[in-house]
Amino acid sequence: MRRIQLPLSQTQKVRLQKTLEQLESLSSKVNSDASVIIADSIPVNHEDGVLKGHGTADLNGEVVATVCGVVERVNKLVYVRSLRSRYKPEVGDIVIGRVVEVAQKRWRLDINFNQDAVLMLSSMNMPDGVQRRRTALDELNMRCIFEENDVVCAEVRGFQHDGLHLQARSRKYGKLNRGQLLSVPPYLVKRQKQHFHHLEEFGIDLIIGCNGFIWVGEHIEAKDDMVEDQVSQSDPQVLLHNSVSLEEQERNYTILETRKYICRAANAVRVLSILSFNMTLEIIKGIIDLSLSMNLDIHEMLGSEFCVLVAEKEAERRSSNKKKR
Amino acid sequence: MEYVSPEGLRLDGRRPMEMRQIRAEIGAVSKADGSAIFEMGNTKVIAAVYGPREVQNRSQISNHALVRCEYSMANFSTGDRMRKSKGDRRSTEISLVIRQTMEAAILTHLLPRSQIDIYVQVLQADGGTRSACINAATLALADAGIPMRDLVTSCSAGYLNSTSLLDLNYVEDSAGGPDVTLGILPKLDKVTLLQMDSKLPIDILETVMQLAIEGCKAIANYIREILLENTKQLEYRRGV
Repeated sequence: MRRIQLPLSQTQKVRLQKTLEQLESLSSKVNSDASVIIADSIPVNHEDGVLKGHGTADLNGEVVATVCGVVERVNKLVYVRSLRSRYKPEVGDIVIGRVVEVAQKRWRLDINFNQDAVLMLSSMNMPDGVQRRRTALDELNMRCIFEENDVVCAEVRGFQHDGLHLQARSRKYGKLNRGQLLSVPPYLVKRQKQHFHHLEEFGIDLIIGCNGFIWVGEHIEAKDDMVEDQVSQSDPQVLLHNSVSLEEQERNYTILETRKYICRAANAVRVLSILSFNMTLEIIKGIIDLSLSMNLDIHEMLGSEFCVLVAEKEAERRSSNKKKR
Repeated sequence: MEYVSPEGLRLDGRRPMEMRQIRAEIGAVSKADGSAIFEMGNTKVIAAVYGPREVQNRSQISNHALVRCEYSMANFSTGDRMRKSKGDRRSTEISLVIRQTMEAAILTHLLPRSQIDIYVQVLQADGGTRSACINAATLALADAGIPMRDLVTSCSAGYLNSTSLLDLNYVEDSAGGPDVTLGILPKLDKVTLLQMDSKLPIDILETVMQLAIEGCKAIANYIREILLENTKQLEYRRGV
């Protein structure tokens, strides 16, 4: 069994144990016997006909699981949703990746999948916002856009013959700057309508990638670069050199307050990851608010006391949600 | 030397058909995709699985997943502290054995163009490290969510003082008698690994093997329990 790795005192241990038991009783009763492990046979009604999905195999006419997880049934389809495995891409998912290689006309990104994903130069908007054919010069300047180890946000485009392709055809995708990248098990992220969040009260952006990579960074106004570009071109080229560098400096500077909030949000995600709770905006916000209301320092958020408290709050939240239903 | 006393007890107080205490824990290495610790008595092994991930050596890309395994013994694992060179014959051989055993169970055709790395390290050695490594690797692979035909479990058995003994410890292992290491797929009822040191009459091999199979099945039951509890816990903790 996977234990929560925390240095707990005796009382904290008892409280955590109690909370976990409460969570267990809260989890839907219907699904209580749906957990299977490798080589367990899944009871099916053969008369209705069965479609074997992912994570299942046929053994002497019996349907058996090939991964540990939860059995899901959709009409005739029977499949096993595996927990704790690598990310399984679906078309349209918003993912965050790290550039591992700049190759010919493409970048290779690590997105926590079985293989590296490919982002073609032609399937992304140029930073200057101009729509045109990509020339050999663009190819040579690829490192100006993304370099190795840059963090990039993109969308899953689909499978091609040479692997998984991504695209970044919108202003909201692209390189991520001034923030933290956190990686959590992908099963903790649920696909939702919205994966880009702007926490206005803290001035930070939160991007919950479907692949379990989570970005917390300073809020960047999605401004139209095209207009700006024209303005700067029309400007006379005699701009004073040091005034540009000052502006540049200002652009690269994140105020302390924002940096603190970034760390706070990042720690909230870490706490959830330790406890392996689902990641959603409201839960992460709840944890940040809880830490602020308790006047905790940022580093204290990773202490065992706060983790136990978060677990208790979560149990409370889930039970109240259940009552409402 | 007498390995089984007239009362029918072995050197460590076990009966001939008795296994050592087993204990398993999932999730020992936080950065790995899957990991586990497995203990059989004083033998303690840690396993970590990375992958499926991009193949490091481009020339090895194929339609099947590439399985790699590295076995090592910690310097402090044995009685006398020895510096072990990394690529010695013994560890290379055991790496190969573990790799082949696990590869037989993994559904590699479902994971094209990727590789799976299994790292096993012996923390405490007291006989039966091979079996313990295989059991730990199974747990780690299951934790990493890699599709497998069946669990693989392994156990050793031997024959000393004209008695078949289950799960030999270090003293019995180094007696120089026959030592059979067996790995099975419990649900499919198939053997994936069979190794033997020294010689044994064919009819006795049958009984020793039967004993080892029983041991493997007992371990399989224990591993199933651990995995099922782990899966349930992950599911309810996550919430809806």
